[in-house]
Amino acid sequence: MSSTEIGYIRKELPEKIKTIGLTLFVVGTALGIIGFLIDPQRASLSYLVTFMFLVSIGVGSLFLVALEYAVGADWSTPFRRISEFLAAVIPFLIILVIPLLFNLKYIFPWTHKSIVDSSVMLRGKTPYLNIPFFIIRSIGIFLIWWVFYYFIIRNSRKQDTTKDQYLTKKNINISSGFIPVFGISITAIAFDWMMSLEPNWFSTIFGVYYFSGTVWCALAALTLIVILLNEHGYLHSKIKSEHYYTLGLLMFAFTVFWAYIAFSQYLLIWYADLPDETIWFMHRWVGGWKVVSLAIVFTHFIFPFFYLLSYNVKMQAKKLKFIAIWILCAHFLDLYWLVMPGMSTNGYQYSFSWMDLVFPVAAVGLIILIFKSLSHKYNLLPIGDPKLQRGLDFHL
Amino acid sequence: MNENKVLHSVAALFDTPDKIINAARKVKDAGYTMFDVNTSYPVHGMDKAMGLGQSKIGYVTLFFGFAGAVFIFLFMGWSMAINYPYIVGGKPFFPYQAFIPITFEVTVLCGSIATVVGMLAVFFNLPFLSHPIHDSNYIKEVSVDKFGVVIEAEDPLFDKNKVVEFLKNLGAGKIEFIYEPEKQAIKILQPKFIVFLAVVAALTSFSTYFTLNKLMYIVPFNWMDNQKKSNPQSETNFFYDGYAMRTPVEGTVARGFMPYPFHEQALPSEPLANPTLPTKQILKIGQEKFLTFCSPCHGNYAEGVSRLMGQFPPGPTLHSAKIIGYSDGMIYNIITNGQNAMPSYAYQIPREQRWAIIDYIRVLQRAQNPKPSDFQAIKELNKESGKNVVN
Ligand code: HEC
Repeated sequence: MSSTEIGYIRKELPEKIKTIGLTLFVVGTALGIIGFLIDPQRASLSYLVTFMFLVSIGVGSLFLVALEYAVGADWSTPFRRISEFLAAVIPFLIILVIPLLFNLKYIFPWTHKSIVDSSVMLRGKTPYLNIPFFIIRSIGIFLIWWVFYYFIIRNSRKQDTTKDQYLTKKNINISSGFIPVFGISITAIAFDWMMSLEPNWFSTIFGVYYFSGTVWCALAALTLIVILLNEHGYLHSKIKSEHYYTLGLLMFAFTVFWAYIAFSQYLLIWYADLPDETIWFMHRWVGGWKVVSLAIVFTHFIFPFFYLLSYNVKMQAKKLKFIAIWILCAHFLDLYWLVMPGMSTNGYQYSFSWMDLVFPVAAVGLIILIFKSLSHKYNLLPIGDPKLQRGLDFHL
Repeated sequence: MNENKVLHSVAALFDTPDKIINAARKVKDAGYTMFDVNTSYPVHGMDKAMGLGQSKIGYVTLFFGFAGAVFIFLFMGWSMAINYPYIVGGKPFFPYQAFIPITFEVTVLCGSIATVVGMLAVFFNLPFLSHPIHDSNYIKEVSVDKFGVVIEAEDPLFDKNKVVEFLKNLGAGKIEFIYEPEKQAIKILQPKFIVFLAVVAALTSFSTYFTLNKLMYIVPFNWMDNQKKSNPQSETNFFYDGYAMRTPVEGTVARGFMPYPFHEQALPSEPLANPTLPTKQILKIGQEKFLTFCSPCHGNYAEGVSRLMGQFPPGPTLHSAKIIGYSDGMIYNIITNGQNAMPSYAYQIPREQRWAIIDYIRVLQRAQNPKPSDFQAIKELNKESGKNVVN
């Protein structure tokens, strides 16, 4: 235990958390491996959904950290560390992507020569959509993210001991560099890993669509963890409902932003009514997918919108916890909806599989493990940050 | 001089945001309820310090935003699907997807305008536009770099000297007395103000129109408007007679169209047979067309007495034995070719409608010379409907 002048008392998270994380991770991974052995094709697609979810959490959280530095926000400084811990998923992405890289042929139609040869459009796209360049791109982007992650987080942690204000300034510069890089790279990741599942289809707004979901999801994860930790006194007594309110406000903003982007994409395609473009929505409007599509509209927009509209809800920890969990699930459903119906383009028939539930379990376990081990090594509050006091004194 | 004026409030200036927060808290704790704080920028934590509850303005925004959304959505639906059903871009009559952007905009518009007007109404007590603290030194200072608090005279705890003492103890810099204006005129109803608004409106409209439609006008996508072809009813120098529209070559017959075999023959050798059945629907059309085209000369009941009497060779009665004896085809021939003073209606009345008119004329004729069975039929009908038309 150590205490500082700002009144943060460091407490170790209970060991129980580690056990839970480990159990989830081991069980999920074991079942996942079985899944890969039984049916590698179905398993790779299930794995892809969860992988994209981890990308959302990791890079979305790093974006939140960078945003705080770049715009000079102070209200979120007290829980910036939480986002930093979540962003620690980024280094793991380079390892986690490997199972996918070995199974590209099960995932992407454009890896099959016969499919490419049959379509003028795909032949035209080969300079971009080919396996070597695809792998270089993905690994390259994860590396770039990792580099930014490494420097921002290193400076932030160093500040805990040195209290050097200059480090904040340095991080502002790095963050300002990261944000445009992030904008381009997240678009590339969304295009590569999800849009190219149906390679004839294209939508320039697709990257923004994924971005809106990423940040939404990262915010929900942040809110959930901040409230859970703070309720049990691991953070700081000065973090109160006004901080929660602001988190709720941002989640609300991104709910609307996502709807705006999702609808923009839909409206243009609906208006033009060109077969090349509508096919993507048609795949999501056949059979049971119709229900899922409507469920997305409800879970991703209508419900969170009306729920978060109220001032009182945003002020209450319990209600925010509920919506944070809701949002995490809704984002997962959204990714599922983006990935799965594309299967038919690769010649497979969709059916629900138990594997779809196994990988997220492992992912949650992994996040808990990462979080626990980092919280063991570092403070939960950036105690050396010059903005921290102001952040704690934050009022509406 | 100030003695006969009514005191509105006492105002005090402070130097820093911390001091004003502290002052606001103290004023609230002292039990004052009618007080306000003025700062040149929003100070975080002020609501709490002043003990303000949650603002109600959100409900105004919510209500008007929602009302605007519902209204515009239904309005678009009504105008596009009910009032004037019209297919645009191959979409259904009720293309709700296309309504969403507009619904969204109108929600925002109504919500925000209602919020601003609502705030003005509460703060300034619309239609009044000024508050006693306007035109004071105090407001000038707090608009620049000072922070101020005003305690109103209407507060139940108000006592001029005590309040001044109290504010001084809080560390107030300057203290100012603010008086009610002599007489509050409703400024927004003054002719000067209304004329001002009208001038502003006219100037903005004109300048917008001028800039966008004249000065910076760029023809958008005009390649569909200006094609290399002649439009209907326009001139051209391509043809010798200068008309862009051409008439068909002599003797042209439209596909699927059978020309009338007795064109300009008074007595058809073999009059056509009526292809229609006198159903209710056909008779309705016949009645309408008869009243439009025939009644001016032949009278509303074809009795030969009409409103053009004396201005034109009178159209004879159509109840003569001759006409009753004519076959349908014969009457058709008269309508199509005309007869002496009566012009041809071939170009004005389509074929089926001509036959329908004839059916209707037959009805009028029958009504003049009913058979006993007709009375019987009417009685049956009356019994069914419970009415008594013919006694
Ligand atoms: C401009 C006035 C005018 C209108 C309108 C007009 N008629 Fe006539 N119609 C006449 C006149 C005048 C005659 C008598 C022509 C003649 O002297 O043979 C006539 C003659 C007739 C006759 C023959 C009567 C007879 O005794 O030989 C028939 C049948 C007839 N009209 C039917 C119609 C019908 C049906 C219409 C409506 C489509 C119609 N007319 C519209 C002026 C009119």
